[in-house]
Amino acid sequence: MEKTGIKVINDESSAEAVAKLRAMDEAGNVTWDLVDVVAADAIRLCDEGLAMEIDHDEVLAKAPDGTPASKDFGDLIVSQCFIPQIVYSTTFGYRTDLVGDKKPTSVCAVFDTKTWPGKRSLEKRPINNMEWALICDGVAKDEVYDVLATPEGQERALKKLDTIKDDVIWWSAGADTPQLLADGEIVMGSTYNGRLFSVIEEQKQPVAMLWDAQVFDLDGWIVPAGLSPERKARVMDYLKFATDTQRLADQAKYISYGPARKSSAPLVGKHADLGIDMAPHMPTDPNNAKNTFLYNYEFWADYRDDIDAKFQAWLAK
Amino acid sequence: MSETIGSGPVLAADGTPLKRSLQRSLRLQKLRALLLIAPLLAFILITFIAPIADMLFRSVENEIVSETLPQTVKLLDADGPSAPIVPGNETFSALYVDLYVAVKNKEHTRLGSRLNYEQTGVSSLFRKSGRRVRRLDVEIYKNQFLDVDPAWGEVTTWLTLMEDAKVHKALPQTMWAFSAWLDDVIEDGDKPEEEKLEDYIFVALYNDLSAVSDKAVSRDLINKTASAVGGFETVDFKSAFAKFDKDWHNEDVWKTLRVYSPPYTEGYFLNAVDLQKEFEGYSVRPENERIYGTLFMRTLFMSLIITGCAILLGYPIAWLMSNRPMREANLLMIMVLLPFWTSLLVRTSAWKVMLQQQGVINDTLVWLNIIDEAGRLVLINNQFGTIVAMTHILLPFMVLPLYSVMRTIPVSYTRAAKSLGATNWTAFWRVYFPLSVPGIGAGSILVFILSIGYYITPEIVGGTSGTFISNRIAYHISSSLNWGLAAALGSILLLVVLLLYWVYDRIVGIDNVKLGG
Repeated sequence: MEKTGIKVINDESSAEAVAKLRAMDEAGNVTWDLVDVVAADAIRLCDEGLAMEIDHDEVLAKAPDGTPASKDFGDLIVSQCFIPQIVYSTTFGYRTDLVGDKKPTSVCAVFDTKTWPGKRSLEKRPINNMEWALICDGVAKDEVYDVLATPEGQERALKKLDTIKDDVIWWSAGADTPQLLADGEIVMGSTYNGRLFSVIEEQKQPVAMLWDAQVFDLDGWIVPAGLSPERKARVMDYLKFATDTQRLADQAKYISYGPARKSSAPLVGKHADLGIDMAPHMPTDPNNAKNTFLYNYEFWADYRDDIDAKFQAWLAK
Repeated sequence: MSETIGSGPVLAADGTPLKRSLQRSLRLQKLRALLLIAPLLAFILITFIAPIADMLFRSVENEIVSETLPQTVKLLDADGPSAPIVPGNETFSALYVDLYVAVKNKEHTRLGSRLNYEQTGVSSLFRKSGRRVRRLDVEIYKNQFLDVDPAWGEVTTWLTLMEDAKVHKALPQTMWAFSAWLDDVIEDGDKPEEEKLEDYIFVALYNDLSAVSDKAVSRDLINKTASAVGGFETVDFKSAFAKFDKDWHNEDVWKTLRVYSPPYTEGYFLNAVDLQKEFEGYSVRPENERIYGTLFMRTLFMSLIITGCAILLGYPIAWLMSNRPMREANLLMIMVLLPFWTSLLVRTSAWKVMLQQQGVINDTLVWLNIIDEAGRLVLINNQFGTIVAMTHILLPFMVLPLYSVMRTIPVSYTRAAKSLGATNWTAFWRVYFPLSVPGIGAGSILVFILSIGYYITPEIVGGTSGTFISNRIAYHISSSLNWGLAAALGSILLLVVLLLYWVYDRIVGIDNVKLGG
């Protein structure tokens, strides 16, 4: 990092961060000082005692107008160990040239193989898919988790998914859907909104966003527990800089992920290379956020193991 | 023997019995050999065997419950079979002490995640209760003890009690709670004498003193207090916990706690074969949760098919290589080895490009008018895709052992057979083929064992019907963090491989396997 002369070494294994950190901890040699994880993983790491609890106001910079960090991030601090950076969403993109004249506008298009025949891609896990299935099976949005908490509700969601099972390609890496869309393997598929932005705006593929029922999620930092005082001081110094208002606004120059600070929103400008306004591509833009979900961390922390077992058994059938 | 002097044993030149002398020199030789391989042996033991053993041990290890909630587990263990599932206030009071200490050490949420594998909802139950347990007001205990004798408020009193082994025996919970406090203070670098005793220690003291058992300790302080606790005002922990979360009065939660309180459990292994351990005994998992049996069978079945395909494809290549002139054989050899030098991921992704519906094969078939646009074949994200990609990737492991065995079969044997009147087929089938069987054996073992543990290729091209058990193991290692279950699945896989190896040895004989001349 130029500002402070600290050398940053990147290790690209964030997807397995939780497992790796646990293994490092058991081996007594945590080599990471700072880890980028999604919020659900941050909560798990906090639960496992592997991440340090943070005093957000003490560690992080204030907003330019003096608002303390905890207020500036607000509800997005979903765990005491978590320092949110970006808001992203999991949503659908579709091939404009393959869907025919009638463009899909609702998430339920995914389940309507009569109007929009062809393959779809969904993530190979129950999270998000079960919610979408229930909504399209007629469950009201605010009752989704009450229904999903019951065995009958889980059965119902899987039954709905069963209607399109033969038309689904299941993905496990965020890059799968953009590739499948670009190859014309699928007509629509779910992935992270930033990936779709790059398919549409950077690669100019005939793909459009279907923002309906997008699921917001957060990505951010955690600091491993038990760092030595020197390492901790260095990390805190870096964190303060990297998560201040301007820095969070700057990352939106490269990909359409919303900054987690309220004070960063007005500073979001144009794309670094393309020169287009980034604000309309943000998942939080009012035009895109007409119908949204927030990843229900507490529900999935409880039901993940149970529903995943049923989901995988259903998949293997 | 009878020709040697007397009837004594044969002696060596230096007068020791020859047998012993020989043994000694042999032992020296063996020792030297062992020393030579010692670095390798140590390396393998430390970096391979030990970690695997450690990982497999996790499949039965379950100490987390009794370590995080030691006092509660002790009381649960003492319960008779007729005791109510949801325990009484005494156990809840111990649970309070346990949980308070666990929250201090940030261990309660770990236990929550562990038990959540068995009972949905325990994760948030512990997280929520952890927050509330710190806020629960239990000051009255401390005040009442101080009323009996102000000495209870002095840390020095406690430090002297700590040194008495009898007190430890009489007040186990109290001493445990106090040392947890003490450890915490010392870890922060503070002096115990200057710190304030926390309220939960007095709850533990009350629990110990009120429990019906002989408290005969030759200390006035304890005896005096023990007779006073009967009249103490107490906190109703049972209803306090119900206020934290009503699930604390749910029988299922307590059944899970009771079932998983022992330090070792067969629960993971049962889960790994689609059974479950319940309070009432073992049972089969509900049908909509059964998956591992299917996956194990599928893994074995598909590995067999892949091995079979590799034999069918590899045998002619190996035969060509060993029967053509050197130059041609070398060229073939390079073509066999070429995929070896390419990254596994690249090869697998290449198959994706070939096999997908808008891929090379389908495009060609459409262009040739063999199929129409709507009838594009599904060749990937299913079992077919996995079999094709894995056969291709594992083929060199079949070809190479086959080639090295075939190269040593003299051409004259088949010629001799033919000159004695055998047809080409008979000469091959009766003479050549039996001689090449050791190569097939070696190749098959290699391919089969490699494919049984394959992970990345099925993950990428397997879709839902072409994934292996290793994909689930990887899921439990890196996503669900259920390492115990992953270890159990891995142990079973290891056992299956060893079993198959044994069967193979009985049928074919491992001496018949050759990797080379």
